[in-house]
Amino acid sequence: MSFEFLAISLLNGISYGLLLFMLSSGLTLIFSMMGMLNFAHASFYMLGAYLGYSLSDTMGFWPALVAAPCVVGLLGATFERFVLRRVHAFGHVAELLVTFGLSYLVLEIVQLIWGRSVVPYGLPQSLQGPLFSLYGMQFPKSRAFIMLVAVLMLVAVWLMLKRTRMGLVVQAALTHPQMVEALGHNVPRVFMLVFGAGCALAGLAGVIGGNTYVTEPGMAASLGSIIFVVVVVGGLGSLAGAFIASLLIGVVQTFAVGLDVSLAQLLGITDSASSLLQLSISQIAPILPFLLLVLMLIVRPRGLMGRRGE
Amino acid sequence: MMGANSSRHAVLWAFGLFTLVLIVAPLIFTSSLAISVLSQIGCAIIICLSFNILFGQGGMLSFGHAVYSGLGAFAAVHAIQLASRGGLAIPLVLIPLVGGLASMLMAALLGFVSTRKAGTTFAMITLGIGELVAAIALMFPGVFGGEGGISINRVYGMPFFGLTFGPALQVYGLIAVYCLVCTVAMFLFTRTPLGRMLNAVRDNPVRAEFIGYDPQRVRHLAFIVSGFFAGVGGALMAIHLEIVTGADSLGMVRSGAYLLFVFIGGAAFFLGPVLGAVLMVCSTVLLSHFTKAWLLYLGLAFVLMVIFAPGGLMGICVSVVHAFRSGRVRRNMGHCLLLCMAAVPEFLGAAALIEMTYHLQLEGDFEPTLHFLNFTLNVHNAVHWTVAAVVMLVCAATVKYALTELERSK
Repeated sequence: MSFEFLAISLLNGISYGLLLFMLSSGLTLIFSMMGMLNFAHASFYMLGAYLGYSLSDTMGFWPALVAAPCVVGLLGATFERFVLRRVHAFGHVAELLVTFGLSYLVLEIVQLIWGRSVVPYGLPQSLQGPLFSLYGMQFPKSRAFIMLVAVLMLVAVWLMLKRTRMGLVVQAALTHPQMVEALGHNVPRVFMLVFGAGCALAGLAGVIGGNTYVTEPGMAASLGSIIFVVVVVGGLGSLAGAFIASLLIGVVQTFAVGLDVSLAQLLGITDSASSLLQLSISQIAPILPFLLLVLMLIVRPRGLMGRRGE
Repeated sequence: MMGANSSRHAVLWAFGLFTLVLIVAPLIFTSSLAISVLSQIGCAIIICLSFNILFGQGGMLSFGHAVYSGLGAFAAVHAIQLASRGGLAIPLVLIPLVGGLASMLMAALLGFVSTRKAGTTFAMITLGIGELVAAIALMFPGVFGGEGGISINRVYGMPFFGLTFGPALQVYGLIAVYCLVCTVAMFLFTRTPLGRMLNAVRDNPVRAEFIGYDPQRVRHLAFIVSGFFAGVGGALMAIHLEIVTGADSLGMVRSGAYLLFVFIGGAAFFLGPVLGAVLMVCSTVLLSHFTKAWLLYLGLAFVLMVIFAPGGLMGICVSVVHAFRSGRVRRNMGHCLLLCMAAVPEFLGAAALIEMTYHLQLEGDFEPTLHFLNFTLNVHNAVHWTVAAVVMLVCAATVKYALTELERSK
């Protein structure tokens, strides 16, 4: 394993991990606030990517980078206002079910509008090409851009929650909704705004993830289960845990994809016929996050930074 | 005492009727497609009922149930291959039990991890484990057949009392018998102490723990029972289809379908999943031929049901029956008639709009007209769009008015 491979994989892994964090932070925010799991979170990511693609065509990439997440956030807030709020009375399982149904609907509507194949959502001119190269291995600008946006978003969300009056209300509504209500704040509206904001974060991740990776109808399904793994491994409702888990999974998976040695070679076994040991690391890369989930559940069921042990 | 007796009679009547339907159905629907659909329904009933042990009776929202039905199917396929090579003399009639036992072992193992948490966490964990198993299956083409799956020949060994299980009707018989036995067994399971404890753990885990039951252990045991029946159903499905593929039978899509249809059928009722299973097979086999938008209809029906009818179709039936019995229908005949008369055109108007949208998107450029029921609609004709929209909106308003009036007269 050479140094340049290590460095580039690490950077790629961190940028993928930060993208995962943008998704899981929205999910975690909604979860810790409303106690509900948004099964359709990755669908909002997909909507962000497709809207980013369509809006880039008409208004250019940079305006679309702002507009598409806003539209997604608005859709999310509308969904909260007119559907989730109704279902809220039936409990968390009903909320989970209705977002599960929504993920079906979004998939079907996306396929109806944009078709069933990959859309040519390309990078804008200014993000094409490598940012720098290390001993012949290139690190693309678009990955660096993902890192930049994710870090900016992280700082912005943190400042908003910790340093503004609004953040204070949100944090208080998180733990003591009745008290906040009694103080005259409209808690249902706070919920709606938080849900919309969470969806907008997912949409933002979609706009920048869609052209770096690929924009197609299967993108929600493939990422959806990974972000659930992130959230469980990090500890439900913990933003810090989600951050660590996203980076962990991003880096581990990126390294695994790049390694073309078999398990047998890695363990120093030369004459093995076992099919398990003949698999290369890159072949088992897709299951690594799920293996991590299972391991975590055996060793520490509440997750890395989870506080509650339900 | 009277109550207990009459409910016991009702149960006996229900199972008698169920047996009758299982016997009579293939005599009425004799085409090979119909026999195939009936066989699939039989398998689906077992799997959906096993899913509902978790969901309806245990409050465990599983997103990975296909793992257990799918692994049962693979176990069955390998057992059949082994038996036809002469390795182990297992008659075909016992193969479903092999599938069931294999899934049961798997459920015992994986349930240990997944039932450590309840609620939404359980949902996420089962989803993760489901994805894990589906991905692993693709990595071992030798065991799971890769993309192409594994085909088998179900006719092997000595005939069983003259039955070779070559003809589809004989396989239907096998499935019907298993379906009846499993349904009765799962019904009896709800009456056992474990079944009752499962309900208690669903409703109030803290209290269940307080009176001396470990909720996690109760969940785990129920998980194992559910896994067994899912495996039986999956194995029967493999025998019927003579092929099983990992991507199709283990994946998230399949798990999601079980959840969707059990809910639509009605998870709060024992017979809800049976209705859900019938709908599942009918809509995947038949509805998909009629309309390209069937997944959208399904999603819409599901979401609307979660919002307005959490009891599913079975819940709607029960409340209609209650309304008749309590005399509410007789007292509000006008509003009830209005409701029925407005609901149908409301759905037709919505369906017309959806069909036109799909048609416009998919082939509007080549062929502007489509046939919807007895109408010929033109997607470029604004009048057609307007009429459909107006019909839908006016009828929706009428339905809403009738429902509010009915609610008020409660």
